[in-house]
Amino acid sequence: MESTIVKDSVVIKSRDFNAYFGTNHVVKNVNIDIPRNQVVAVMGPSGCGKTTYLRCINRMHELIPGASSRGEMKINDEDIYEMHPIFVRLKIGMVFQRPNPFPNLSIYDNVIAGYKLNGIKLARTERDRIVEHSLTRVALWNEVKDSLNKKGSFLSGGQQQRLCIARAVAMEPEVLLFDEPTSALDPISTSTVEELFHELKTNYTLIIVTHNMQQAARVSDRTAFFYLGELVEYDETKTMFTNPKDNRTQNYITGRFS
Amino acid sequence: MDRSVENDAITRSDLSLRVISSAGAGQLVKAKAKTRRPFRQIRTENVFKRTLVIMGILMVILVLGILLTLVVQSLPSIKALGPKYLWGKVWDPVQDIYGAWPFLLGTLISSFLALFISIPFSIAVAIFLGEYYPKGWLPNLLKNTVELIAAVPSVIYGFWGLAVLVPIVRNFENKIGVQPVGVGIFSSSLILAVMIIPYAASLGRSMIQMVPSTLKEAAYGLGATRWEVIRSVVLPYTKSGLFAGILLSLGRALGETMAVTMVIGNTSIIPKNIFSPGNTMASVIANEFTEADKAVYLSALIELGLVLFLVTVVINMIGKKIIDRFTTE
Ligand SMILES: Nc1ncnc2c1ncn2[C@@H]1O[C@H](COP(=O)(O)OP(=O)(O)OP(=O)(O)O)[C@@H](O)[C@H]1O
Ligand SMILES: [Mg+2]
Repeated sequence: MESTIVKDSVVIKSRDFNAYFGTNHVVKNVNIDIPRNQVVAVMGPSGCGKTTYLRCINRMHELIPGASSRGEMKINDEDIYEMHPIFVRLKIGMVFQRPNPFPNLSIYDNVIAGYKLNGIKLARTERDRIVEHSLTRVALWNEVKDSLNKKGSFLSGGQQQRLCIARAVAMEPEVLLFDEPTSALDPISTSTVEELFHELKTNYTLIIVTHNMQQAARVSDRTAFFYLGELVEYDETKTMFTNPKDNRTQNYITGRFS
Repeated sequence: MDRSVENDAITRSDLSLRVISSAGAGQLVKAKAKTRRPFRQIRTENVFKRTLVIMGILMVILVLGILLTLVVQSLPSIKALGPKYLWGKVWDPVQDIYGAWPFLLGTLISSFLALFISIPFSIAVAIFLGEYYPKGWLPNLLKNTVELIAAVPSVIYGFWGLAVLVPIVRNFENKIGVQPVGVGIFSSSLILAVMIIPYAASLGRSMIQMVPSTLKEAAYGLGATRWEVIRSVVLPYTKSGLFAGILLSLGRALGETMAVTMVIGNTSIIPKNIFSPGNTMASVIANEFTEADKAVYLSALIELGLVLFLVTVVINMIGKKIIDRFTTE
C-alpha cells in the first residue's frame, strides 16, 4: 500500500463538510485538500469552528452527545465515516491543547499507551525500540531516558506536551492533528515544539489549529482561514500572509478583528 | 491543631501591634482611626472559626461519650465473663452462658456476602450513570431509583423480605437440597445487598464523573474503545473512590438492624452454612434487649454493641489504609 502513496498527493479531503452541535450549525460546507507531508495551519477567530472541524477529521466530534456531521471526509480516498472510528483514530493521531499524559502511568507506559489500550501485545525489545524511537523523534529522549519509570505528570508542561506528541507518534499514524498545541506552554517549550513540526513533517502530515499568526507563518506550508464556520480562504501560507484574496482574511491578519 | 487555632485567633492587642509595626510610630494616630472596621471583620472571623472548632470538638466528644457509655455499661459483663466472651460458642442467657462468637460470625458473614453480591451491581450502576450514559430519561430514572433505595425505611425491606424474598429463597433451598427454612443468613445478605447498593453506586458515580475529559479524550484519540477507556483510564483513576464507596456500603451492612432482624431467623447457634438461620450482633441486641432481665445479661448485650462498634472502627481503619495506598502509589 505504501508504494501507491505518492508524495504531495492529497491525504485528507473534505467535500461539503458540515458539523453541528444539536441544531447549531458550526462548520459549513468546508472543501479542503490537505497534501501529504505538509504542515497546514488552521486559523480564525474564537468560536469559528476550528476545533470542531479538527475533531471531525478523526471522528472525535461524534463523542459529544448531540453532535453530528454531514458531508464527505476522506483519507487516501477512503471515506473516514465509513471506516471504523477506532481505525480512523489509529491512522489520525491527535494532540490536545493541554498536555494530558495519563497520570497513573510512567513515562515509558505513556508512550506505548496506545498499544496497551488497544490490547496489542509487543515483545519487550520491540516496546523498548518504539519508546526510544518515539521519544527521540520528539527530542525528549535525552531528557527522560534515565527516568522512564517516573510518572509522566512529573515532567514540565513542555515536556509533557512532547510526551503526548510521542504517544501519538508511537502509533505511527499518517496524520497528526494538533489543537492549539502550544497555547499552554512557555516560549521556550513553544519553540522546541515548533522545531518538532519541521522534523515530523518528513513522516507525517500535520494539521495545526493555532491562534498565533507568527506561529502559523513560521511552521506551516499552507494556511486555512475559518470565519463563522466557513472556510474563507485556503492557500500557501506565504500567499495568504502577503496577498490575501478575501477581505475577511485581510482584516484578521491585520488585526482588525480577533 | 490547638497551636494553629491560637495563632490564627487575632486579638485586639495583637492587631494594634501589627498596625504600629507596619505603619510606623508617626502614623499611629491615623492607623488607629482605621482599625475599627478591620477589627470588626476579624472579630466575626474569630467567632466563625471558634464555632467551627467547637462543633468539631463536640462531635469528637459525642463519639467518645458513646464509646465510654458502652465501656462502662459493659464492665459487669467484662468482669464476669472475661475475654473468652469473644470466642464463646454458646449463648444461653437462661444458664448465664454468654458467648459472642455466633453473632460475630453472623455479622461478618452476612455483611461480606452482601457486599460481594452488591459490588457488581453498584459498580455497573456507577459506570453506567457516570460514564456510559450520563444524560437522558433512562439514566435519570435509574439514578432516582437508586437514590430511593437508600431512602426506604429498613423495616419495609424487612417486611418485603419476609413476604417475597423468604419464600423464594425457601424454594431455592428446596431445589439445592439444604434445609428449607427460607429465613437465614442468605436471605439477610440478599436484603442487605439491595440496601447498600446506593452508597457505593452514588459515590462511584460522582468519582467517575470527575475524571477529566481530557484524559478520556487522550485515550479515545489513541484509538481506544469505550470499554478500553473505562478499563484503562476511568477505573484506575477512580479506584480509591470506588473502594471508599464499597467501604461505606460495608459499614452500613455491618450495623443494619431492623431488616436483618426480621429475616435472619434469630437463632443463637453458630451458622453451619450461609443458608442457616442465625443472628448478627445488631439483631441480637434488637431482639433481646427488652427481655434482658438480669444485670449480666443486659451488660453482655451492651458488650456486643461495644464489639460491633470496635469491629466497624477496625474495618474502617483498614479501609483507610488501603485507600491511602491506592492514592499514593
Ligand atoms: N461541546 C459543545 N457543545 C455545544 N456547542 C459547542 C461545543 N463546543 C463548541 N460549541 C460551539 O461550536 C462553535 C465552534 O466551536 P469551536 O470549539 O469549534 O471553535 P474554535 O474555532 O475552536 O474556537 P477557539 O479558537 O476559541 O478554540 C462555537 O460557537 C461553540 O458555541
Ligand atoms: Mg478551539
